[in-house]
Amino acid sequence: MGDWLEKMQAQFELNFIKDNRWRYIVDGLSVTLKVTLFAVILGIAIGVFIAIIRSTYDKNKKEMRPGLGKFVLSALNVISQVYLTVIRGTPVVVQLMIMYYIIFASSNNKILVAVLAFGINSGAYVAEIVRSGIMSVDLGQFEAGRSLGFNYFQTMRYIIVPQAFKNVLPALANEFIVLLKETSVAGYVALQDLTKAGDIIRSRTFSPFLPLIGIALIYLVMVMFFTRLVGMLERRLRNSER
Amino acid sequence: MKKFFKVILATTMVVAMTAALAGCGGSQSADQPKAGDDNESPQKETLIMATNAEFPPYEFHEGQGIVGIDAEIAAAIAGKLGYDFEIEDMAFDSIIPAVTSGKVSFGMAGMTVTPDRLESVDFSDSYATGVQVIIVKEGSQITSVDDLFADGANYNVGVQTGTTGDIYASDDIEGAGLGTIERYNKGADAVQSLATGKIDCVIIDNEPAKEFVAANEGLKILDTEYAVEDYAICFAKGSELTEKVNGALNELIADGTVQAIIDKYINAE
Repeated sequence: MGDWLEKMQAQFELNFIKDNRWRYIVDGLSVTLKVTLFAVILGIAIGVFIAIIRSTYDKNKKEMRPGLGKFVLSALNVISQVYLTVIRGTPVVVQLMIMYYIIFASSNNKILVAVLAFGINSGAYVAEIVRSGIMSVDLGQFEAGRSLGFNYFQTMRYIIVPQAFKNVLPALANEFIVLLKETSVAGYVALQDLTKAGDIIRSRTFSPFLPLIGIALIYLVMVMFFTRLVGMLERRLRNSER
Repeated sequence: MKKFFKVILATTMVVAMTAALAGCGGSQSADQPKAGDDNESPQKETLIMATNAEFPPYEFHEGQGIVGIDAEIAAAIAGKLGYDFEIEDMAFDSIIPAVTSGKVSFGMAGMTVTPDRLESVDFSDSYATGVQVIIVKEGSQITSVDDLFADGANYNVGVQTGTTGDIYASDDIEGAGLGTIERYNKGADAVQSLATGKIDCVIIDNEPAKEFVAANEGLKILDTEYAVEDYAICFAKGSELTEKVNGALNELIADGTVQAIIDKYINAE
């Protein structure tokens, strides 16, 4: 046991202390958090937008009179469908590399490219989550809103979306956690995120144990922390039910 | 009907065996057992070589297999020692962990002997010399290695994670505040980024550099070298293989086989 502890201590020094290798981890962590944060914001923005288009179209396609409004809505719906199909049908690593090597071939801002790639990817999943939330609110709620004199958007804004948000919060939190872990493929475009930091240390010290277990623990702690935050938010939102 | 299937099966097996034997015939030495006594010969042990087959001409994918200088030298060594031979392809920075954990018999990937690596593995004698060169775009501000180390230099330097280019440059460029190192999983990815102007130069081994420059227009290799180094095969610490392989390797160097293999890939252009 003493031997093992001593060995671990030596390993710890080799992997994290020597040559200031912990700097890779700290820098990587900040990159991972930055990319995740901005990608989540972008993803939710895109997702809500797409979800509103899709659910508005699904709910109203029968009653709408033919004309410019219907045409625009159908066109937006088709574009959303294509977006969802393409993004959900291809792996995020491939999307990231397409972004980096093809679409933004001339840009050197890797964090921006990663935020766009992960945000656009996440947006597709968020869109379906939010849409399921909007569709899950009882039609009677909508009719009640309209009969009280709210127009379509007011009903959405004040009656449907708040209820939908509560319904989808667990799924959204899950999407956030998935995204946080998904950013671990950022190393493919030489972005030094947390996982790549572990890889770099591993390539210097050739001891896989501590770098890998170390970054795994950091991811785990982050996920546990965010899960707790979401739990608190959920509890708070439930107050209104009493 | 059953008999018919048996005949088909037997024929297929014979064809497959012949093909397999023909496949290794080229690279293995003459003291290979004859095809006929295959059944009687004792079970041969297999040497598994770990490599990163993204490093032409030392190792690269061609058709269904991995070929190159390292692959052929290793096959020749295995043949001389009477082992079967297999190649496993992995990320460059996974090779040493694979060797130390015993997942593979040895690692051979244009790998340079460095003090850090010697702490984890044993190395064979050197079988080839590698040169680390710098690839830049045509008309780049960087015209010699010294430009990278000039006062106030601040370039984005691309490398492959865990290669000697990465290790040296992390130290003497990034460590000295003379630029940023971008670490790619593959040399080709770094070169791709250079071609699109994301980075200013790539530090990489000379031979793959030549192939990359040939494949991408508008790139060139600087005349001055970044570093000169010796390639060797790595083994788990204290492995008995080290000595055996060294013996076979030195014989192959002495009889010109190694040089012939190197010439075949490097000078035959």
